[in-house]
Amino acid sequence: MAATTIALPPVEMPLLHEYRGRVGMLCLILAESAIFSIFVVAYLYYAGKSLSGPTPAEVLDRPYLISACLIFSSFTIFMAERAIARGKIRLFGIWWLLTIVLGAIFLVGTAHEWYGLIYKDGLTISSSLFGTTFYSLVGLHASHVIIGLTGLTITMILTAMGYVKQEHAPRIEVFGMYWHFVDAVWIVVFTVVYVIAR
Amino acid sequence: MADAESVLGPIAVAPAREAAKPLFDRVHEWIVTVDHKRLGLMYFGYGIVFLVIGGVEAIIMRVQLAVPHNKFVSPETFNRMFTMHGTTMIFLAAMPIVFGFANYLVPIMVGARDMAFPRLNAWSFWMSAMGGVILYFSFLGGSGLYGAGNAPDVGWFAYAPLTSQAFSVGNSTDYWIIGLLVAGFGSIGTALNIVTTILCMRCPGMKLGRMPLLPWMMLVMAGLVLVALSPLTAAQLMLLVDRYLGGHFFDTQAGGSAVVWMHFFWIFGHPEVYILILPAFAIISEVVPVFSRKPIFGYSIMVAATVTIGFISLGVWAHHMFTIGMTSYANAFFVASTMAIAVPTGIKIFNWLGTMWGGKIRFQVPMLFCIAFLGQFLIAGLTGIMLGAAPFDWQLGNSYFVVAHFHYVILGGIVFAVFAGSYYWFPKVTGRMLNETLGKWHFWLFLIGFHLTFDFMHVPGLLGMPRRIYTYEADRGWAIWNLIVSIGVIFQVLGILIWVVNVAQSYFKGKIAGNDPWDAWTLEWSTTSPPPEYNFTTIPVVRSRRPLWDLKHPEDPDWKYE
Amino acid sequence: MVPHLGSRLGVWAVLGAVHTCLASVAWAATNGSPDIPSIFSPASTPADSVYHLSLFVLEVCFVIFVVVFSLLVYAVIKFRQRPGDDGHEPAQIYGSNQVELAWTVIPILIVVVLFLATARVIHAVEDYRFPPNTTEVTAVGHQFWWEFQYPQYGFITANELHVPVSDAGQPVPTHLTLLSADTDHSFWVPMMAGKTDLIPNRTNSMWIDPHKTGVYVGQCAQYCGTQHAKMLLRVVVQSREDFDRWVGEQQRPASNDDSVSRGRHVFETTACVNCHTVAGTNAHGKFGPDLTHLMTRETIAAGAALNNRENLRQWVRDPEVFKPGSLMPAMQLDEQDLNALTDYLTSLR
Repeated sequence: MAATTIALPPVEMPLLHEYRGRVGMLCLILAESAIFSIFVVAYLYYAGKSLSGPTPAEVLDRPYLISACLIFSSFTIFMAERAIARGKIRLFGIWWLLTIVLGAIFLVGTAHEWYGLIYKDGLTISSSLFGTTFYSLVGLHASHVIIGLTGLTITMILTAMGYVKQEHAPRIEVFGMYWHFVDAVWIVVFTVVYVIAR
Repeated sequence: MADAESVLGPIAVAPAREAAKPLFDRVHEWIVTVDHKRLGLMYFGYGIVFLVIGGVEAIIMRVQLAVPHNKFVSPETFNRMFTMHGTTMIFLAAMPIVFGFANYLVPIMVGARDMAFPRLNAWSFWMSAMGGVILYFSFLGGSGLYGAGNAPDVGWFAYAPLTSQAFSVGNSTDYWIIGLLVAGFGSIGTALNIVTTILCMRCPGMKLGRMPLLPWMMLVMAGLVLVALSPLTAAQLMLLVDRYLGGHFFDTQAGGSAVVWMHFFWIFGHPEVYILILPAFAIISEVVPVFSRKPIFGYSIMVAATVTIGFISLGVWAHHMFTIGMTSYANAFFVASTMAIAVPTGIKIFNWLGTMWGGKIRFQVPMLFCIAFLGQFLIAGLTGIMLGAAPFDWQLGNSYFVVAHFHYVILGGIVFAVFAGSYYWFPKVTGRMLNETLGKWHFWLFLIGFHLTFDFMHVPGLLGMPRRIYTYEADRGWAIWNLIVSIGVIFQVLGILIWVVNVAQSYFKGKIAGNDPWDAWTLEWSTTSPPPEYNFTTIPVVRSRRPLWDLKHPEDPDWKYE
Repeated sequence: MVPHLGSRLGVWAVLGAVHTCLASVAWAATNGSPDIPSIFSPASTPADSVYHLSLFVLEVCFVIFVVVFSLLVYAVIKFRQRPGDDGHEPAQIYGSNQVELAWTVIPILIVVVLFLATARVIHAVEDYRFPPNTTEVTAVGHQFWWEFQYPQYGFITANELHVPVSDAGQPVPTHLTLLSADTDHSFWVPMMAGKTDLIPNRTNSMWIDPHKTGVYVGQCAQYCGTQHAKMLLRVVVQSREDFDRWVGEQQRPASNDDSVSRGRHVFETTACVNCHTVAGTNAHGKFGPDLTHLMTRETIAAGAALNNRENLRQWVRDPEVFKPGSLMPAMQLDEQDLNALTDYLTSLR
């Protein structure tokens, strides 16, 4: 084969491998957003169409406290990401624990709200369209919080056992993206359920 | 080819067959593998098995419908057959086959060693497989195997409220829901992998604008999966809430809406068919240039058209709902979007033609299937335009005209492209060529059978025959057409049998292929046949869309013109 | 390979010609007999509008097909690899802006034209304004039969829709309000109009204005369960006089012949009254078809069988024979009761 006589042009480097985790998590977020969107659309479409049962205005109180906790937990997880990126594992552990506590408060608050709705107001998933769409949408979100909390807790245990190091910072950042997504979904759910359709 | 070797690794000759390992070990290797090539092959094999099973379900239906008032199967069994046939073909045959091609080819074509997340890849495959097992478990129990057991009988789109507990007593519908839910998670995992691999794992020099068209179309397909599969998941979760928790999403007695199910289903359902056809386009876009000896005509427009199709496909779904009584404005909107999507699709057909134009066409078997694809997809697209004119759909929606149209797309389009791809890449995967003569027998038999069945299937639709009926009146003029349609099945079966024989025989005794039997230009042809587990000895460096063309034609490389 | 090319191309050409012939045959076969519910034999304005639009769209698509398919055949023939080829690659063309622009713009124009033609017909059919003498019928879909209510005349019948003929000069359309009692159904009588679905908890609307008297057939076109296939439709288009006479017959209460009193007794004391209505008796069931004037219908079980004494008897004894999966149970009557009941039913004119 004759040697090439034309000078080869320089080579561009495409997007680096290290973005894999973030791109993958964005894909998951995209898919999850689509699922949540469908539940939100169903909620809005059926708003006001229940044939019976209590109305949102009658039984829903805006959950300001637990929402604030969840939103603040986005800040705490962000601080945790910063800490581990700088190699400060103990500081990371503290912010991480705070995130877990805030997330747990959110879940307990939701459970408390549901207890009241079911036993005092008689609103269940089968009692009316409002009940069906409410528990489905808020429940879908809560299940994602539970998944997040599970991951957070496992990481906490591994941190306490000393397995988590500065080199894991990118993975923590990817996990953080998931948690921020869960918070963003809550902002949407809060607006739709407790503000717009109330 | 010293340059090639230093850049692309050693060029071996004979396929390396492993020394005889105990069977248990070999099976175990396949079960625990995270290698994208093996997973791709497992997806493909799984899809072909279900293609055959779905085909048997179709044969049963065609025997029942060959003559009016036939008593081959009971109405209950027939209804389970069409439900399982549709569900199987879409979710357990077509999607796995398409994912099989994506899994095997995308990493190699972008110059990577594997997918971005190999373990996720394996998990996704096994989830998809599990979904199929769950769905088919439904055949056990109930009225027994001859009566199609407890298989779902609500149609592959499972319209509410037929799927509520009131009208679907027992668990048959639940098999449909849960089987597909599980398989759906697998699909989302694979799509995530495809997107991440393409965006993050390309080899040096491979800007997005230098990526071959197959990864491009797989990228758009994967994006569609992420966005469009989730609505089905959501709707199925809602249906489970209705069936088991007393929910009212689709409970029309409590104010729920059957139309909401339709919207959610078709928001998934229409992009789904683009998810299936885009990989077929990808195969055609790789095979036609090589067998015309020219680069693809209008690469940038092909990419733009593909992305456009992806976006528009999210906005046409209610053309499946023209008859439900939407307002004239809503109907008109969906007519407009449906017709609009014809434009980028038509452009692709013209670009493939433009690729062949002025070339030196070689009529080996892969190209035969591509040429048939072009003619058939043209017809399928045109009947699609007809159906997109809503009043036309008011007459022909839910009739055998629609059944003929979509089988034209899926069989005449996708399956023909899959066959083309199988003849084209079999040498790369196994190191041996498929037999040309058997291939030609396969092609012509399948072509004749396809046209006998699906050309004539349009006619009963035009004469008023709706779909999903287990029998029909003898005096409506449908009988002769149904008979011809049923006869065509025989030829298709023969064609596929020959293909299976070809594959089995050629695996052991086919002509040795070498690295590059077709004189092609994309990266997979630079490595051995079959590729080593790590794909490339050294990661390739590319400077154009056809790196092997540059190597074979150093005096006239592509990067001078791009 | 190349020496066989002639036969290969020959096969392609033959395929194309055969295709065209088949299309013509299909076309010829679809026109004509009113028993064949072809969309190309419209007998009512909505079906007419669809028919004309269909022809236009078909013609446009046919032209596109001929042009593109010819180019494909031409390319396959002209640009094939010839024997004795020197092995050089052909000119590597990457694209052409002008050509690509042309084949983007032309399809866009075609699509715009098709859309406008379509939108016009959608509007004409869906936004039709009904004249004051419109006949009103409420159709309720059931698993697996059709209920037809005539609110203007105060009676209910089943499975066979009688409407007055309408002429172009003085249209007398029939407006159908579509409801469903259970799952989704679809009303499709191709020679009358396109189909419209019957969806529970939703009110849909369609209309027909048949131009010629006669019987037009159709059937349910949305899968609704086991016996979707035998939920047939008959639209009986009658002259004004015949229609008015039929209305008069339907408005009368059920015939009350003493000779069938035994059968009526069986009817009224068995579970029949839970599902069926016979006007003027204590049978007020709504689950099954109204039987008040059963014998004025040509078929039973929504077209599954002809309406004669033998079939009626067989149907009551065991519906599974005609329509397995139908929701009417076998009544388990002994022979004498069955005969008496059949006598009674055949008296319901």
